[in-house]
Amino acid sequence: MNDSQPTLSVQNLETHFFTKEGVAKAVNGVSFDIAKGEIMGLVGESGSGKSVTGFSIIGLVDPPGEVVGGKVLFNGEDLVQAGEERMRQLRGNRVAMIFQDPMMTLNPVLRVDTQMIETVLAHDKSVSKDEARQRSRDALGQVGIPSPDERLKAYPHQFSGGMRQRVAIAIALLNKPDVIIADEPTTALDVTIQGQILYEAQKLCRETGTALIWITHDLAVVAGLADRISVMYAGRVVEQGKLDDVLDHPVHPYTVGLLGSVPGHNTRGQRLFQIPGMTPSLLKLPPGCAFQERCPRVDGACEADPGITHPVDGRNVRCFHPHLEEAAQ
Amino acid sequence: MTVFIIRRLMQSVLVVFVMSFLVFGGVNLVGDPVEMMVSDEADQEERERVIRSMGLDKPWYVQYGLFVANAAQGDLGKSFVYGEQALGIIVQRMPATFELALAALLMAIVIGIPLGVYSGLNSESRFSKVIMAGSILGFSLPTFWVGLMFIMVFAVMLGWLPSTGRGETVELLGINVSFLTTNGLSHLILPAVNLALFKISLVIRLARAGTREIVHMDFIKFARAKGLSTQRVIMVHLMKNIMIPVVTVLGLEFGGLIAFSVVTETVFAWPGMGKLIIDSIQGLDRPVIVAYLMIIVLVFVVINLVVDVLYSILDPRVRIQDVKG
Amino acid sequence: MNTIAEQVAPIAAASEVKVETPFRRFCTAFLDSKVATTALIVLGILIFMALFAPLISPTNPYDLAVVSILDSKMPPGTKSLDGVTFLLGTDGAGRDLVSAMIYGLRISLGVGVMSGIFAMAIGATVGLIAAYFGGRTENIIMRIVDIQLSFPAILVALILLAILGKGVDKITIALIIVQWAYYARTVRGSALVERNKEYIEAATCLAIGHRRILFRHLLPNCLPPLIVVGTIQTAHAISLEATLSFLGVGLPVSEPSLGLLISNGFDYMLSGKYWISFFPGIALLITIVSINLVGDQLRDVLNPRLDR
Repeated sequence: MNDSQPTLSVQNLETHFFTKEGVAKAVNGVSFDIAKGEIMGLVGESGSGKSVTGFSIIGLVDPPGEVVGGKVLFNGEDLVQAGEERMRQLRGNRVAMIFQDPMMTLNPVLRVDTQMIETVLAHDKSVSKDEARQRSRDALGQVGIPSPDERLKAYPHQFSGGMRQRVAIAIALLNKPDVIIADEPTTALDVTIQGQILYEAQKLCRETGTALIWITHDLAVVAGLADRISVMYAGRVVEQGKLDDVLDHPVHPYTVGLLGSVPGHNTRGQRLFQIPGMTPSLLKLPPGCAFQERCPRVDGACEADPGITHPVDGRNVRCFHPHLEEAAQ
Repeated sequence: MTVFIIRRLMQSVLVVFVMSFLVFGGVNLVGDPVEMMVSDEADQEERERVIRSMGLDKPWYVQYGLFVANAAQGDLGKSFVYGEQALGIIVQRMPATFELALAALLMAIVIGIPLGVYSGLNSESRFSKVIMAGSILGFSLPTFWVGLMFIMVFAVMLGWLPSTGRGETVELLGINVSFLTTNGLSHLILPAVNLALFKISLVIRLARAGTREIVHMDFIKFARAKGLSTQRVIMVHLMKNIMIPVVTVLGLEFGGLIAFSVVTETVFAWPGMGKLIIDSIQGLDRPVIVAYLMIIVLVFVVINLVVDVLYSILDPRVRIQDVKG
Repeated sequence: MNTIAEQVAPIAAASEVKVETPFRRFCTAFLDSKVATTALIVLGILIFMALFAPLISPTNPYDLAVVSILDSKMPPGTKSLDGVTFLLGTDGAGRDLVSAMIYGLRISLGVGVMSGIFAMAIGATVGLIAAYFGGRTENIIMRIVDIQLSFPAILVALILLAILGKGVDKITIALIIVQWAYYARTVRGSALVERNKEYIEAATCLAIGHRRILFRHLLPNCLPPLIVVGTIQTAHAISLEATLSFLGVGLPVSEPSLGLLISNGFDYMLSGKYWISFFPGIALLITIVSINLVGDQLRDVLNPRLDR
């Protein structure tokens, strides 16, 4: 493995849901790379396909959903083509995931130590139970849980929401994975706890070199955390680039709208900006750009797929009419 | 935990007292026990003597007190038919009923849970639909009719299995059991399956409903995301959760099995408590009826207690709440 | 006047559509399942047969002039001495089994439905009172319900009948006593949820009488689970009656339900005369299965949150 190769490279990923009403293209050609130790924010409103992207990478899309195209190259190995047993070996070991609702991710009837130790043993049979317990305790300590020895013997309901999410993160860290996919892990938490967890996550990635995909709908969360950001809309990444570049000078009309609708310091008393209309149904996407029905810059060209363009250096954008005048400022 | 058990024990004692009162009232005050004890030709003097000897001239609360005091010493009266202590007769018959009920319970668990979990995991498969159709049938089939059909097919037409009695028994820990001899086992199969049929359907439904609910929970997906084998996800993460309702209901239904053994025992002439109570009702053997009821109340109270304790062991959330409360 | 009528008319029309829509939607959803529709049709036929038994059945099984002991235990398809064909054979007393079954169905369904209706009325009232008044009333009622439900129905019914004796009226009473607690628990469960909703608060604020709130406001909103439990309980009641009659504590021999017919055939079964028990059993099975299937579909369509 050479250094220039990204840890994870998602290429043209397509995940469709075959429902009674038709085929919903939840992920419709998503591509991004993520390097060792890098943190990427995957931002989008609910239903934009960001969570499904996460589950597609780890191979846990439940029927009627199915990954129908593209590649997920993990250190060069295509996970879309990998068999179930190979995926099992990687999951929780090399690629870990953290879920949105900490109240629901831990099994309520199993003790925390059981749930941690099994994660170690599932991937390395040679580890003794005591060693596994040791590692579990260390992982709890690492995420800032006080008196981890005692807490190991507790049941999930004896933890608060924030503590449970720390446990979930500790579980994800147990086998020192190369990639962690975090699916809105702080959405269900108080803002203060959210801040602590973000801080811990960032610190851990820097220390261990783990690549992190942070899925969220909250731009504020990503702003303090990520190196790069991918904005998703209706199953596609519409804009991708360095965090500060994108936040300071968004060029895709959707990103512009998204950033415009965040209340800022100087919006007091002003009417907040809204993107008109609603997210299109994934069952009936218009041909071409999915954002065309809500876009102020729409014209006839938008009925064709814009493809990925690079209107600004280091930026991938799916648009015929990017906001270049602002970016150039 | 101890607090919890003590509180439940006190509740149980209360229920036993209330039930003893109801049983006493229901059986001794409704209807005239004297009519039962005295021949039609007896004169007034004879009647008076019987009434006095039975304590029926005393106010009801004294009678009830006597009943309880005697009951506490294990004296629930002598059977009119057998002339022995009613309690003793019932205790003699108990092992047969318990053996039958336990065999049925075992079948319900061993057959019902795997089928239910399978059907919950693959609800669209054809086999799963067959299972569900079977469970609807199992719910609807009247136990006694199925028993008759079993006898007709397996005993009369095919001649494979015997249709009546317990067969050969051997003593195990001082109790006579059938399942340890080939002959006894062959006698046990039909009644046990018959009794189990309804419970198998019930367990299938519970396990299926539980599986369908739990399998979509985040923690199952998280368990898979941890890279656990499918086997461990199902056997540990899924099963431990669905076992909570299954054990609760099954525990409570063990009482139902004992009650329904009345039917199965009658059909297969199985010499247990159930057959005894039917014979006693038809022979108006009042002391045996009372003794049976008191024993059944006790059995049920014990079952409820055991289920509650089991439940709290299975579900840590309940346990903690109760210690705090 | 005219203007008012004009104003009212569209509102009335609109409300009419609104009233009908849920029911139509319910029907469409119910008939969506072929199995359930078939079960409903079968159930309809069974009820029809039970209601018009004297008109439908080939012979009157109670008419001693027609029933001859010489015809007893005839296998299915035999002709009697009078030239009548016994489609499903005859029972131990020489009654045509088809006729006996139709009359038996009448008794089985009658006992099941009557006990169900009374138990529902009593149970629903008690459950509503418990949920609405709460406090000590609720505690006492629910404690009684819990204790009763901790004992299997068959056991309670058995003891009651041991005390009461045999008879259609007595078994109906026993079944009512056994069943009311299920209805009480169901209604209380949903009434507790409804009680806390704003419309009950509004009704209370308007100082409407308790009785009116209970039966006109609370009860209609508790109906869906009640209907589902009612259907399934009726199937239980029919099965229970058959079982009790089989055990010899239910109905007298003079009024044979399906269960008693099966029981009578039990004695002849070991000598290979299977039909006397077999066919009434099939009839009983079809009745119970169709009610259960209808109940299952009702549960899916009305989707109430039931205990257990």
